[in-house]
Amino acid sequence: MSTPDLTVPVAASAAPPWRERLTTMAPVLLLAPSLVASFIYVFVFTLWTLYLSLSNSSLLPTYGFVGVDNYVSLWANRRWNIAYTNLFLFSAFYILGSMAVGLLLAILIDQRVRGEAIWRTIFLYPLAVSFIVTGTVWSWLYNPVDGIQAFVRGLGWSDFSFALTANRNTAIYAVIITGIWQSSGFAMALFLAGLRSVDPDLVKAAQIDGASTFRTYRKVILPTIAPIFLAVAVIQIQFAIKTFDLVAALTRGGPGVSTTFPAIYVYDLMFQRGQIGEGAAAAMMMLAALAVVLVPYSLWIVWRRQAEGRDG
Amino acid sequence: MSALTIRNLHKRYGAVEVLTGINLEAQTGEFVALVGPSGCGKSTLLAMIAGLETITSGEIWIGDRLVNSVQPKDRDIAMVFQSYALYPTMTVRENITFGMESRGVPRADQAEAVKRVAALLQIEQLLKRKPGQLSGGQRQRVAMGRALVRDPKLFLFDEPLSNLDAKLRVDMRTEIKKLHHRVGKTTVYVTHDQVEAMTLASRIAVMNQGSVQQFDTPKSIYERPANMFVAGFMGSPAMNFIPARLAGPANISVRTANGSDATLALPTPVAAGAPDNLILGVRPEHIYRFTTDLKSRKPAVASLEAPVELVEPTGAETLAVLRLGDLEITGRFEPDTAPTMGEMVTLGIDMSRACLFDPTTKALL
Repeated sequence: MSTPDLTVPVAASAAPPWRERLTTMAPVLLLAPSLVASFIYVFVFTLWTLYLSLSNSSLLPTYGFVGVDNYVSLWANRRWNIAYTNLFLFSAFYILGSMAVGLLLAILIDQRVRGEAIWRTIFLYPLAVSFIVTGTVWSWLYNPVDGIQAFVRGLGWSDFSFALTANRNTAIYAVIITGIWQSSGFAMALFLAGLRSVDPDLVKAAQIDGASTFRTYRKVILPTIAPIFLAVAVIQIQFAIKTFDLVAALTRGGPGVSTTFPAIYVYDLMFQRGQIGEGAAAAMMMLAALAVVLVPYSLWIVWRRQAEGRDG
Repeated sequence: MSALTIRNLHKRYGAVEVLTGINLEAQTGEFVALVGPSGCGKSTLLAMIAGLETITSGEIWIGDRLVNSVQPKDRDIAMVFQSYALYPTMTVRENITFGMESRGVPRADQAEAVKRVAALLQIEQLLKRKPGQLSGGQRQRVAMGRALVRDPKLFLFDEPLSNLDAKLRVDMRTEIKKLHHRVGKTTVYVTHDQVEAMTLASRIAVMNQGSVQQFDTPKSIYERPANMFVAGFMGSPAMNFIPARLAGPANISVRTANGSDATLALPTPVAAGAPDNLILGVRPEHIYRFTTDLKSRKPAVASLEAPVELVEPTGAETLAVLRLGDLEITGRFEPDTAPTMGEMVTLGIDMSRACLFDPTTKALL
C-alpha cells in the first residue's frame, strides 16, 4: 500500500489534479474488469439459471413462468434420485477414502524415508493427469476383456473375477476407487506439509512422556493439524459435487443409470434432451448441495479469524 | 553418589565430530549448567542424556545404570524444552497427566500428583486452560509442572528462558533457583547465557567446539578460568586481554598509550618455564582509579596511566573505554569516582585478581 503524500506542494500546478485522481482510482480501475466478470458469471448467471428453473424452457430458454413444476418433475424421476444418492455415496467414500490413504502415505513418508522426493512425486502425479485420462485408463483396467481380470486370468487364475464396472451394484465403487487414486496424493501433500509444521520438540516431549508412536500421532500430532483435515475435506467435497468428466470417461453413467451423477444428468437434460427448465432445476439442486458445505465452512473461517483477533 | 556420569562421550554426524570426548559427572541434588556459544554441542549433549540422540561412542550412566541403549521413557528423566513443547490441543491438566496416562498410572494417583505440582507452581487456576491462552511465564511454569510431576531422577532443561522477555527471564531464573532448593533434584541446565549459568548452577561446564573447556564451581570459573576462551566467555563486559612481557621474576611490562612501557608488579612470581611473552587478563571490575587509600586497602594494586576514550554510564556503574598501547580496554567504575571523557587517569589494577595466559596454548599459567 502506498502511504499518502503528506508534503504540501508549493506550486499547486506541479501536480495536476487528474494525476492524483488517477493514482487513487488505479486500484479500482485495475480490479474492475475481474470484479465485473465474476459478478456477471457468478451472480447474474446464477439468478438467470434460477429463473430458467422456474420457466417452461425446453430447447431454448423461454420465459413462461411455471412455478416449481420443474422441481416436482425432477424429484419424481428415478434417474435423478439415483444421481443424487450417488452423489452422497460417492462424496462420503471418496473423501474419507482419499483422506485415509493420503494421511497414511504422509505419515509413512514423514518417517524420513530414503528418496522422499521421489515418493512424493510418484504419489502426487495422478493429480497432474486430467480426470478424462484417468477415467479412460481405469476403464481399460476395469474392462473384463482386456483389463486386470484378463491379466490375472492370463497368469493362470482362471476363476479370477474383477469386473466392478460391469455390475450395476458395484460400478459406483469403481468410480470411488478411481477417485481415491486420483486425489489421495493431493491429500498426502497437504497432510505432509502439516506434519512437517509440527514442532519436533512436541514429539520429543511425548517420547520422554512414554507415549507410543501410535499414541503420539493420535493424541499429539493429528489434533495439532486438525484444521488441515477440514481444508482437505472442503476441497475434496467440491471436487466430488462437480464430478462429471471422471464418470463420463469411466462408465458413461452406466451400466444402465447406476453411476449417473447430478452433473451428468444436468448435461443430459439441457443439451441432449432439450429440457432446459428441468436441467436448470437440477443445477440449482447441485448449487444447494455445495452451499450446504461451503457456507458453514466460510462462516467458521470468519469466526475463527475473529476469535484469533480477539486473543491477540 | 553421582546421579549422572558421562565418560568419554563422542557424537559424530558423518564426518563432522560434534562432541569430542565429554567427561562429566553430577552429584545427587547438584545443579549443573552446560554453557557455551551456539554450535558448541551443549544441546546435543543434553539430547543424548535424554536419549533423543544416539551415542556414537562413550558411556552415559544415570545413577548406577548404564543407559546407552535405554529408551527415553525408561531413563527416569524429565525435560523442559526451549519452546516448552506443550501439547497445544490439550488443557494444562491434560498436558501434565499425559505422561502418567501413557504409563498407566491410576486416576486417583494422577489427580493427587497434579494437585501437588499445581500447588507447588501456583498454577491451580490455569488447569482448565489451553496453552494458547497462557502467557509466556505461565507456559514456562506448566512446562516445569509437566516435568516435576514425574518425580524423576534427573531434570533436563534446554534453554528454558530464552523465549521470555528480559524482565520475566530474571523472575523465572529466581523461581527456578527456589524450586531447585525446594525439590532438590539433580538438574542439568543448558544455556548460552553465562549470567544464568553463574546464578543458578552449583557447577558449570563451559563448552566450546564439542569439548568441555572447564568444569568447576562458578567462583573458580570466574576467578581462575582454565583458558582464554572460558575467561572471555564468562563475564560481561568481557575480561580484558593485554599483551605483556616478562620483566623479572615477579614483574611484567605492558605498552601504554604514549608508546612507553609500564611495569606492573605481580604478587607472586611467575611459574618457572613461562614464556617471555604473556597475555595479562584483567576483569573490568578489577580496574580502579588509583589512590593511596586504595593501595593501603589492596596492596597488590599496580598503577599505570591511560587516556579515557569513552564513558558509558549505566546508572549502577560506569563503564569507561581506556587506551592502552594500540588496544582498548574496559574498566568498571563507581559512578561517583568514574573518570570523564578525555581525562588522563591513573589506574590501579588489582594484580592479585589478574590472570596470566600463555599466548600460544591459550591456557592459564
